Amino acid sequence: MINQVYQLVTPKQISVKYEDLTPGGGVLVRPEYMAICHADQRYFQGKRDAKTLRNKLPMALIHECCARVIYDPSGAWASGRRVALIPNVATAPDSVIYENYRRGSYFLSSGRDGFMRELVELPAAQMVALDGITPQAGAITEFVSVAAHALNRFDRAAHKIRGRIGIWGDGSLGYVTAGALRRQFPDARLIVVGHSRRKLSQFAFADETYLADELPDDLSVDHAFECCGGEGSYAAIEDAVRCIEPQGTLMLMGVSENRVAVYTRMVLEKGLMLLGCSRSGREDFLRAVEWMKDPVFQRRLSAVIWETAPVRTMEDIYRVFTEDMTTPFKTVFKWEL
Amino acid sequence: MIFGAILAGGTGTRMHVADLPKQFLPLGDKPTIIHTLEKFLICPRFDGVYVGVHADWLGYMEDLTSRYLPAEADRIRVTAGGGDRNETIRNIIDAIEADHGFREEDVIVTHDAVRPFVTLRMIEENIDGALQYGAVDTVTAAVDTIVVSQDGMVISDIPDRRKMYQGQTPQSFRISVLKQLYQSLSPEEKSVLTDACKICVVRNYPVHLVEGSYTNLKLTTPGDYKIAQAMVGGDAL
Repeated sequence: MINQVYQLVTPKQISVKYEDLTPGGGVLVRPEYMAICHADQRYFQGKRDAKTLRNKLPMALIHECCARVIYDPSGAWASGRRVALIPNVATAPDSVIYENYRRGSYFLSSGRDGFMRELVELPAAQMVALDGITPQAGAITEFVSVAAHALNRFDRAAHKIRGRIGIWGDGSLGYVTAGALRRQFPDARLIVVGHSRRKLSQFAFADETYLADELPDDLSVDHAFECCGGEGSYAAIEDAVRCIEPQGTLMLMGVSENRVAVYTRMVLEKGLMLLGCSRSGREDFLRAVEWMKDPVFQRRLSAVIWETAPVRTMEDIYRVFTEDMTTPFKTVFKWEL
Repeated sequence: MIFGAILAGGTGTRMHVADLPKQFLPLGDKPTIIHTLEKFLICPRFDGVYVGVHADWLGYMEDLTSRYLPAEADRIRVTAGGGDRNETIRNIIDAIEADHGFREEDVIVTHDAVRPFVTLRMIEENIDGALQYGAVDTVTAAVDTIVVSQDGMVISDIPDRRKMYQGQTPQSFRISVLKQLYQSLSPEEKSVLTDACKICVVRNYPVHLVEGSYTNLKLTTPGDYKIAQAMVGGDAL
């Protein structure tokens, strides 16, 4: 059949690609709800370097998506079941390297078409069930799974003193990471550092919140999560390195297009561990779904979800990306194209 | 129950590009009608999808479904079309009733075989609309100004474009409604009213609108066919 793929051809310009989709044994799903990630927005706005844009476009955006199963020839997935789609596709097994870092793995919406399509065919292992989870929350499963991945790596790598954990960044990544830390490490004191008093006020479950330019001189944390990225990376890493106690772990989660200077003298002096985290895999999705089934966690998530009108036309695609620029948190929309 | 009805009664006289009726012309790697049929078959709400083809092409169509859609054989039923569009629909309704009996609430989603770019959204909204209202038509707002000329020489009217739409398919109906209205037509009316929605309109049965798309092309002329081939990246014949 003819499938419609809504591709970004150049920044701010979407075009439809018609492709012949002959189901080849995978599970056929219909995207239901989607969420915009900063990475999508950077492509849409043309805020990647020209070479990257040339190499990756045209490409359908969006890698945060929940869908309904249309047809599974294996019978494993019932028709109509709601699932979260896993955009990271591993091409080879490996018992040591996670699938999201493995060479040969690829990511749908980075060089391959993302989920802005009428129909998507994926292997059965590229989805997890979202029973009992609203589609609006289900749309950001991938986003939550990124926090799940970071927490898993943190738990394995960081030393066991976890009395005070700092989160640098008051955006949606910081919020979800902090919410996940609250759930997984209920005894830890959570300290959130941000730039906006209004955004910081959302972190009602944190123990302390500070504006970045009003940090107490004696602020100290055992470990920290950097959730800023972009222009904010430098200051966040600088402050976090200063505030972390010796042998602490700094989880780097924010993406920066530019090189960021790090005060290595202090990193070395304190014996810090800087651990980069990006994307996620199937295990992280399963963990994220478990968290999302918890009503307290799901309620907290809903505080950062901004649902906008459904996408029914090409013009609506431009609208949701434009609107996303004006909202502080996650833009989520129903997909009806 | 809900049924799809793919209308492929034509023999392709307007196309001039091949001996094959236009619905059988290849689009990309497979016949146009197979693309259309596949889109209907992935909609799990259909209890069956009927294909009305010219009697001369029944065997050919059955061969195509066996070749391209062997796993869906129990959901596809190929039936002989009629002399015009409404007769083909009537033949399909007769076949549905022979297979499944008659129920007041049954719905039929009729669609041109030569509109392979139909989307699942349009099909779903047709089903919902037919269940709710009894009759729906898929349309797009007119982009060009519509000009009326009674004699083909001079303009007799230019209607307000904001009220003008172009009719596409699917067109969907509660079967009981369509049958009742069709039976009320005289033989003369039947010969003139070749569009199923028009039957509803002339009998004052409200037909609700479903939003179509400019890309829901009808492959009628060699030009349409070339555009469609370009859209899917295939080679024109």
